[in-house]
Amino acid sequence: MEQHKPSGRVQKAPENFLDPAGIRTVFAEGKKGRRDFIRNAFAAAAAGAAAPVALAQGNPVPSEGGDPNILNLPEHSVGLGQGVAVEGYGKPSKYEANLQRRQSPGLTQTTQASVSFAPLQSLFGIVTPSGLHFERHHQGWWDIDPSKHRLMINGLVKTPKVFTMDEIMRLPSVSRFHFIECGANTAVDWGNVAVPTVQYTHGMISCSEFTGVPLITLLEMAGADLKKGKFILAEGADGSSMTRTIPMSLITSGEVLVAFGQNGEMLRPENGYPLRLVVPGVQGVSWVKYLRRIEVGDMPYATKDEAIHYIDLMPDGTHRQYTNIQECKSVVTTPSGGQVLLDKGFYNITGLAWSGKGKIKRVDVSVDGGRNWRTARLETPVLSKALTRFNIDWVWDGKPAIIQSRAQDDTGFVQPTYQQLRKVRGTRSIYHNNAIQSWLVQENGEVKNVQLS
Amino acid sequence: MSSFRKALLSLALLATAGVAVAQSTKFPGIGREATPKEVQAWDIDVRPDFKGLPPGSGSVAKGQDVWEAKCAHCHGVFGESNEVFSPLVGGTTAEDVKTGRVANLSRTDYPGRTTLMKVSTVSTLWDYINRAMPWTNPKTLTTEEVYAVTAFLLNLGNIVPDNYVLSDKNIAEVQARMPNRNGMTTKHAMWPGSEFGGTAKPDTANTICMKNCAPEPKLASLLPDFARNAHGNLAEQNRIVGPQRGADTTRPEGKAGAPVSAAPAAAVVAAAPAAASTGSDSKAVIALLNKHSCTACHGVDKKIVGPGFNDIAKKHAGKVDYLQDKIKNGGAGVWGPVPMPAQSLPAADAQRIAEWISKGASK
Repeated sequence: MEQHKPSGRVQKAPENFLDPAGIRTVFAEGKKGRRDFIRNAFAAAAAGAAAPVALAQGNPVPSEGGDPNILNLPEHSVGLGQGVAVEGYGKPSKYEANLQRRQSPGLTQTTQASVSFAPLQSLFGIVTPSGLHFERHHQGWWDIDPSKHRLMINGLVKTPKVFTMDEIMRLPSVSRFHFIECGANTAVDWGNVAVPTVQYTHGMISCSEFTGVPLITLLEMAGADLKKGKFILAEGADGSSMTRTIPMSLITSGEVLVAFGQNGEMLRPENGYPLRLVVPGVQGVSWVKYLRRIEVGDMPYATKDEAIHYIDLMPDGTHRQYTNIQECKSVVTTPSGGQVLLDKGFYNITGLAWSGKGKIKRVDVSVDGGRNWRTARLETPVLSKALTRFNIDWVWDGKPAIIQSRAQDDTGFVQPTYQQLRKVRGTRSIYHNNAIQSWLVQENGEVKNVQLS
Repeated sequence: MSSFRKALLSLALLATAGVAVAQSTKFPGIGREATPKEVQAWDIDVRPDFKGLPPGSGSVAKGQDVWEAKCAHCHGVFGESNEVFSPLVGGTTAEDVKTGRVANLSRTDYPGRTTLMKVSTVSTLWDYINRAMPWTNPKTLTTEEVYAVTAFLLNLGNIVPDNYVLSDKNIAEVQARMPNRNGMTTKHAMWPGSEFGGTAKPDTANTICMKNCAPEPKLASLLPDFARNAHGNLAEQNRIVGPQRGADTTRPEGKAGAPVSAAPAAAVVAAAPAAASTGSDSKAVIALLNKHSCTACHGVDKKIVGPGFNDIAKKHAGKVDYLQDKIKNGGAGVWGPVPMPAQSLPAADAQRIAEWISKGASK
């Protein structure tokens, strides 16, 4: 397969990408930080930090007859380690410092109305560590005193109600794993390749175990009119007071939660502490953070994020409004863009699949750009509206390969190709790009984000 | 009535009361009725049918004053915005006001989409300005100011005339002139209910094929070489152990067959982004800058809406009083056309920030 060579048809200047001048600016800003980084790195090396040795060497037997890492016992094998509770709240190993949520340069100009992306390329299983959960703030984040936070229920109810956090946390709660994906995840790649790694293409998704009270419980306590009240409005307590319309049918199913717990602890402030809405299968903007009010109503609200943003432009110039469901999607996280394979030989291709309509039924993987496919193993648990991890064996022969994954959910729906998606929606709709992702593995081992035609 | 019978009766009454409570809620002792005052304080949303819209009015002229004082520094004097926020106004025509469809939306060569090109409901503008603007001081506009700013914005888009006074009485007439009022559709399968009568059928229908499926793939798009390092060194964004490393994007790509270029593992460790050398005083001031939303418009070492603090420090080194006055009273013209509004932070904080800038605005 020789198609990896850039041809005359390759688009060289992506419409969504920074131009050279923009990149120079980003560099100038980054320079100082990088100098600090190099200084720190040398300091660490000089201090004799036990760092792993060089790469891409395989694991040969050295001439002295054995690996010095085996023959010379390291400090940790011959000394006394540290005591308990050195860290009252434990942190990841210092060797994991490369795993950070990151901004995409040039995407937004302020940090308060912005996004940071989760490092999917380095995560395992289906749970996103809370500190690496992607962020999307519209008007900055807050750390709110939970003893002063209130939730109000009003509108088409018998009795408008106010709850304290104490009261909400006294009620019977449930704990469920769900993914949350920004409707604009993968948006920059609608027209063409614009970013290098899976962190920036797909990193506006995370999956957590959420603990909370089904919203229907609170609505029933207020005597909500579940017949006339076809919709609710959810509203946040922060400056943006984010508002979103949610159909009552989703709430009466018991799926929508008023959540305070995330992965065994309270929500992180960046994720809405102390209270957020959990709307499984629906784009992240509906999962209102710092939730302060639920209004029951008989018509949709056409809020700012339903009438100006989070509307999908179609080729005929109309906008699709109230596009909420995150349809079936998947991505290979290893190998993925920006990575370098160490050598030829065996690899475990691994990735994530999800659907806002239910469970993942099947994931197929191709290493030849979609010509031939094999069915991957789905790892347990396979849960509704949660991330599902898939794995498949692969022996890399050192030749160029184009890796793709294609998911199917339990409604039978199959994740579309870029060509299929663009045929209906064009390239300007920004939201809900669930196309099959392609990663080109080059002969030099470097992996690139590419799109095919 | 004997005291015995009295006691029995009150017991019976108690029991009845108990049943009544049990019927009204499964969860006694949890939640209470919201007072009308509380509901009024928080129930601020305005629906497309204008339910929730408080009575009142505001003129285009008044709106222009409010705009220039509180909005223009982010959104531009004419709503054209600067490089920070998306433009609000532009791209709509008198014909669009007639048809309710913005013609430019169907052009692929049109450079952008402004708010007035997209929004179909005037209630959305009123509601959002009222709840979330100005960006750094949301919910501080009076009802009259919200009407006035909305009127001014609509006037910039030629939807209402210069002498217009927008009110709860005439806002429905404005709705009938919104340029994109007929531009929305709910005919899709992405709403999780049947309330809009959309469709249950998804708009793509890929099928499962396993052998000899697609035509031979051709690369259609990849990142240009000049962008190789635009997202920072990818070697520092991947784990230092495992089946792969991140590519060292500070160096040109290795040739096929050549050994891969990846950063030495030792250099990849300790990439914690926070600068360890930061003085505690600078840290405290930077926390203040965040607290008072200064960083919404000023970067410590980069221009956003206003100049970077490093540039201000160069220009006004040592001028504590001058800087303090600018923070307190705002200014315009020193750094370009975008005015800085007066800030309401405590004087002591303003002084600390001014001192920090005057000494070089170090991180």
